[in-house]
Amino acid sequence: MMTDLTNLTVAQIRDGFRAGDFSAREVAEAFNANVAAAKALNAFIVETPEHALAAADQADKDRAAGALKPLSGVPIGMKDLFCTDGVQTTAASHMLEGFTPTYESTVSQKLWDAGAGMLGKLNLDQFAMGSSNETSYFGNVVSPWRRNDGSNAALAPGGSSGGSSAAIAARLCPAATGTDTGGSIRQPAAFTGISGIKPTYGRCSRWGIIAFASSLDQAGPMAQDVRDCAILLENMAGYDPKDSTSLARPVPAWEAGLSSDLKGKKIGVPKEYRVEGLDADVARVWDDGIAWLKDAGAEIVEVSLPHSKYALPAYYIIAPAEASSNLARYDGVRYGLRDLPDGANLQDMYAATRAAGFGPEVKRRIIIGTYVLSAGFYDAYYTQAQKVRTLIAQDFAKAFEACDVILAPTAPSAAFALGENVDDPLKMYLNDVFAVPASLAGLPAMSVPGGLSKDGLPLGLQIIGPAFDEQSVLNTGLALEERAGFTARPDKWW
Amino acid sequence: MTETTYRIRGATGDWEVVIGLEVHAQVVSKAKLFSGAATAFGAEPNTQVSLVDAAMPGMLPVPNRECIRQAVRTGLAINAQINKWSRFDRKNYFYADLPQGYQISQLYHPLVGEGSLLIEADEKAGIPADKEIGIERIHVEQDAGKLMHDQHPTRSYVDLNRSGVALMEIVSRPDMRSPAEAGAYLRKLRAILRYVGSCDGNMEEGSMRADVNVSVRKPGDEFGTRTETKNVNSVRFVMQAIEYEAQRQVDVIEGGGRIVQETRLFNPDTGTTRSMRSKEDAHDYRYFPDPDLLPLELEDSFIEDCLHSLPELPDAKRKRYVEVLGLSDYNARVLTAEAETARWFEALLAEGARIQKKSEGEVAKASANWLLSELYGALNRIGKTLEDSPVSPERGAELLALVADGTISGSIAKQVFEIMLESEDSPAKIVEDKGLKQTTDTGAIEAVVAKILADNADKVEQYKGGKEALFGFFVGQTMKAMQGKANPGIVNELLKKALG
Repeated sequence: MMTDLTNLTVAQIRDGFRAGDFSAREVAEAFNANVAAAKALNAFIVETPEHALAAADQADKDRAAGALKPLSGVPIGMKDLFCTDGVQTTAASHMLEGFTPTYESTVSQKLWDAGAGMLGKLNLDQFAMGSSNETSYFGNVVSPWRRNDGSNAALAPGGSSGGSSAAIAARLCPAATGTDTGGSIRQPAAFTGISGIKPTYGRCSRWGIIAFASSLDQAGPMAQDVRDCAILLENMAGYDPKDSTSLARPVPAWEAGLSSDLKGKKIGVPKEYRVEGLDADVARVWDDGIAWLKDAGAEIVEVSLPHSKYALPAYYIIAPAEASSNLARYDGVRYGLRDLPDGANLQDMYAATRAAGFGPEVKRRIIIGTYVLSAGFYDAYYTQAQKVRTLIAQDFAKAFEACDVILAPTAPSAAFALGENVDDPLKMYLNDVFAVPASLAGLPAMSVPGGLSKDGLPLGLQIIGPAFDEQSVLNTGLALEERAGFTARPDKWW
Repeated sequence: MTETTYRIRGATGDWEVVIGLEVHAQVVSKAKLFSGAATAFGAEPNTQVSLVDAAMPGMLPVPNRECIRQAVRTGLAINAQINKWSRFDRKNYFYADLPQGYQISQLYHPLVGEGSLLIEADEKAGIPADKEIGIERIHVEQDAGKLMHDQHPTRSYVDLNRSGVALMEIVSRPDMRSPAEAGAYLRKLRAILRYVGSCDGNMEEGSMRADVNVSVRKPGDEFGTRTETKNVNSVRFVMQAIEYEAQRQVDVIEGGGRIVQETRLFNPDTGTTRSMRSKEDAHDYRYFPDPDLLPLELEDSFIEDCLHSLPELPDAKRKRYVEVLGLSDYNARVLTAEAETARWFEALLAEGARIQKKSEGEVAKASANWLLSELYGALNRIGKTLEDSPVSPERGAELLALVADGTISGSIAKQVFEIMLESEDSPAKIVEDKGLKQTTDTGAIEAVVAKILADNADKVEQYKGGKEALFGFFVGQTMKAMQGKANPGIVNELLKKALG
């Protein structure tokens, strides 16, 4: 009797394929079928079953030849922010609709080199700007989860890596790539009951990833569990001479280093994160997490991150500032959309192209970014925000003198309904309040499922570690995972 | 220090001109500043463009070590402070020749800080004494592409070959006070760049161009408001632009107007400038540190290596030519003004010393004189430069050696040289083939001398009567009779003897 291959984790697929329990082609076909049957989720912008099958056939040959690779037999989803050679890459924007790169991003290339296959390009918030996936030009992703109140309201899968989170939660792919600028891996992972890690800034090359905010953007894996995240990350990370900000450090064997024994470890609980009016479910799950880590042998210490309240404002200055410049290249001159009205001059073409090509949230951030960099405002906004950024990094450095990792909620609430926050950007931005400090400090941080809200929706626990210490983050995540016993799954309605 | 007396004569009195130059110099490097694409001039449009230069999505800049090295070497050559910590900034603006929508430059923390350069006294040009011109900074930045408006009746085309090519922006202090000083500064800067090999200095091909900042003031007053004339691409045009702009500013002020700070364009056909945009509609470039790039941190060993890689520079070379080689100030200056001239001269010198088994000092004067008069004269006549000279330094040295060892006379050397311009043969072979060897056969010369004196008995009388200037006549006649091949020393000696 064959198990449903799409319920397996990456590790189980890898090991079962190695052991000869099934072929890579069987795995790819099973996931391709799930993808094809899940149009209602709108998780993919482009489906590439042929890519997944080709990689699977190669894996089957490699197995026969005894030449297995680390991810042989494993198909994955690729966030549509990663440029893929010969496959349309859009960043979920009209601006890049129909754009097909002639090059492959470093991270995706590493994954293909490791034997993985591609099930398709995953939907996201446009240019990775958003927390709900509602800014995608190709329509929002719908979370596979539903509240248990019978309302059937369509829920946000989180953002910006919402296609990735929804696809994993719905078992359309066992794992996917994400990118995280201010929580874009962690928040969607939390909303959908899966795991995701943003490594230390510089671990994964940014080469070939469409830029949002260069000093913050970082790729990372999203998967069903902590082990899968470790496996994926090992095959995504590594120094890349094509990215000047890439870390020239060896990639640790994170999977082999996994251990949930936290004896002698100190877990920091930041007092500033226990804000007034914190959602009761979120507070409960956080307390559960603290208890589980005690149970795993760790000592709990209170730490202070005094500048946390300035993180969100600083983030919403720095990220848009960089974005306003990074997105200047979409001008209609060389590739992508060109809107050239009759009799238009160059300026008219820029205006028409960018007005038609960018969605409202992207425009909002370009305008904010342009404003904060303008003469007369630069010091008051950008320079000030950079100072805050330094202070936040110092907060963490000081905290890590007293603890090994920090435990916090991932997001201030469970998934909200689509449309609920769409007219209130500030409320939407507040979703990132617990996520952006680690982004500003460039630290590794992950989200693992901690439990369910009273509405029956997943809630995430966030682990933040010192720079380069993904291992401690993963190990803490594993200890939580073992004790949380999170087995909830969305009922299939799609 | 003696200052220039250059003044604009206005209705209200004399005006002093204040000039600062921002020179954009293309860095000599096989690859661009942040990509591996080639940089050769004159390639077919868009054939030297990488994904980075075209600003494709997800592409990232990686600094090219060679470009940084060249800029540091240039900084060291102008005795400038090298900033071990510098940073790249983005200068944001939209234009079709700027694929990224920003230029990567260095506003806040340039690679090279304060330095200076010496311009030499040139009475004729109105520079009464040597003068030091301050250089505020050198930063590195990307060049833009090029728009082509002549390919299609209604469309413009873009050539991105130059997009991303490394430039050094060399910013002077407002230390120049006349067009001549500005011209001298540009020529000297160009010479140093070419010595260092960090820029080919080719202004016609656009690898060096200047933004000219000009203001006027009554001598002793505060600086006036300046205008900036962009992208002037020859020394002559820079001087013209300054002359025109200074006069225009004086006319405006004396006519009751005010100078507005603005960007102007130079028209080489008319020698005039016109307003391009005023400060009010100047771009807000929204400079900020480029988050794709880490700060540039230089190690001491890197700077040391740059320093050791520098050749002898024009000022030092000129001093050595005078003090060690014994050349005149003038010759030393001309020989060191261009790296190519000095290189050629030193090759000539080295070969001359080698084959004559003398020191370089002993052959220097003759070598310098021959290069500056004979060779330069000939090159001018046939429209060639040292670089494509038909006579190599080795051949030149052989020729000079033939004169030095008495094989031929100076005047025969001129004949041989004329043949060398057309022929591949060595001077020795030419002398041999044409039978131009100098004769030291005393008997033969004595016979000719006797004949000349006999044929010119009247002049002999006059000479003996005290008209000693006629001696030259007898020498000339003798040499002529011997087709210049007689050894002049022996001719002199024998004539003196014969004339008693």
